Amino acid sequence: MSIALATHDLVKNFGGLRATDHVSLTVHTGARHALIGPNGAGKTTLINLLTGVLTPSQGSITLEGETITRLSQHARVRRGLVRTFQINQLFADMSPLQSLCLAVSERHQQGRDWWRVAGADKEHVDEAADILARFGLRDVMTQQTRFLPYGKQRLLEIALAIACKPRVLLLDEPAAGVPEEERHEIIDILADLPKDVTVVLIEHDMDLVFSFADRISVLVNGALLTEGGVDEIARDPQVRAVYLGESGHD
Amino acid sequence: MSMTPSAHQTMLDQARWRWSESLFWLLSLAVLFVFPSKALLFSQIAIMGLFALSLDLILGYGGIVSLGHAAFFGLGAYAAGLMAKHGLGDPLLGLAVAACVAAIIGWLTSFLLLRGSDLTRLMVTLGIALMLFELANRMASITGGADGLQGMMVGPVLGLFSFDLFGKTAYLYALSVLFVLFLLARKIVHSTFGLSLRAVKGNALRAGAIGISASSRLVAIYTLSAAFAGIAGALSAQTTQLVSLDVLDFHRSADVMLVLVIGGVGWLYGGIIGAIMFTLMQDWLAGITPQYWEFWIGLVLVCLVLVGHDRIKIAIQSIGTRLSGKGGAA
Repeated sequence: MSIALATHDLVKNFGGLRATDHVSLTVHTGARHALIGPNGAGKTTLINLLTGVLTPSQGSITLEGETITRLSQHARVRRGLVRTFQINQLFADMSPLQSLCLAVSERHQQGRDWWRVAGADKEHVDEAADILARFGLRDVMTQQTRFLPYGKQRLLEIALAIACKPRVLLLDEPAAGVPEEERHEIIDILADLPKDVTVVLIEHDMDLVFSFADRISVLVNGALLTEGGVDEIARDPQVRAVYLGESGHD
Repeated sequence: MSMTPSAHQTMLDQARWRWSESLFWLLSLAVLFVFPSKALLFSQIAIMGLFALSLDLILGYGGIVSLGHAAFFGLGAYAAGLMAKHGLGDPLLGLAVAACVAAIIGWLTSFLLLRGSDLTRLMVTLGIALMLFELANRMASITGGADGLQGMMVGPVLGLFSFDLFGKTAYLYALSVLFVLFLLARKIVHSTFGLSLRAVKGNALRAGAIGISASSRLVAIYTLSAAFAGIAGALSAQTTQLVSLDVLDFHRSADVMLVLVIGGVGWLYGGIIGAIMFTLMQDWLAGITPQYWEFWIGLVLVCLVLVGHDRIKIAIQSIGTRLSGKGGAA
């Protein structure tokens, strides 16, 4: 099996604090790989290192065999490494349609087109409209994003990443803050992701992790505690003690 | 369910030219024939409008605050002024050179603005404008220093229309340039590039996460804005046949910010409408209280910012019509 994303001995220090401690993580192509760990385990730091928001103090990152450790955030996106955010990061003054059209155009390297009106490429707009329909955002596509209900915003958060056509998708707590009765929408979307897209899921919700993931890595205090299949991790007494016990899940 | 317009149509409709826009530009041409004696004042307004439009490109669309935009206005004014002084008096050539000079300095200094907070940007832009002011002051042999540039000879526009004493040519020239550059700016803000600027301004973190390189977009818009400001400066130099240190003065950077805030940031017409209100108010108030007119400008600004644009819009419109009525009769 080929490797989609890997870190080698990754370290990140913030002053005296070691937020990422010699993490060597391997994610196989097409995997549904969950990253779990108690609060403060360094999950968000790791995602920021992977996506280029932060630069590692030591170690390297490879995407499909290419070293991307020093690449900028947008250069990684162009190579197919795309993320969503735990707290919605949307374009509040733009409509979902505009946001998605922009993301699609950027992927087609049309983002610098200053002459033609935005949306002049019908294929790009149709692609954006397809994604909107898939995410149930068609009816609200012309509204300003800031006025959308939270559940819709959460869907748009993921839709924006999908518009970048990820090869490796990093989902940072995709269901965070979504009420129980709307969760199925997110879960359905995740289940429908193309099989060749590699997904790394960072999640607190154990039900979601166990139903979605085929492989789980456990992060504690910035270091990898263990890694394995779903059953393995569920049985692991170390994991139960450190993670499941502490966070109150059962 | 009723037929909703397609996504493609919806996107295209956002940039549609509205009839109110045609009306606006027709009126701006008509005022010359209704109030021919005010042509010089009108050309001042057109130039201020273009200057404020250039600030709107970086502030309203790029999210870059600047307290030193006069740097580019001044560069353009001196570039056009020096050319006219040294025998290259063709107005359009002057505009082109002024735009290039301002754009080059704008491009070079834009890299200083990519990092840092709004406060950093305010200070960097302010600092650059101060440095240029003192440079112009020190290089008195070239710029004329505090006395201003002497002996400009500006040729006729397109070789056909000479500048007249009443400012008719000046206004038509300034208005034409403003209109052309406005169309260009309008085109740009409605393009995908314009949309990406709004994204960077709205959420730089997410813009990066969908593959936008914020830095290159900001450099581009800052350079363009500098060129526009340079052209405004050149227009000012050519139509008044006068360039003094005043073109680089801090008050000019502050005024243009004021004008843009009065008219509204981020919709292109804001700069022009602000320039109309600001200049007419200045003209009218200076007639009544020559020494204290800035008090009233200040009062308007404070009210406007505190009360907010939307709520005060209606009130402003009625004041605006009253002012332009009195301004015209005076």
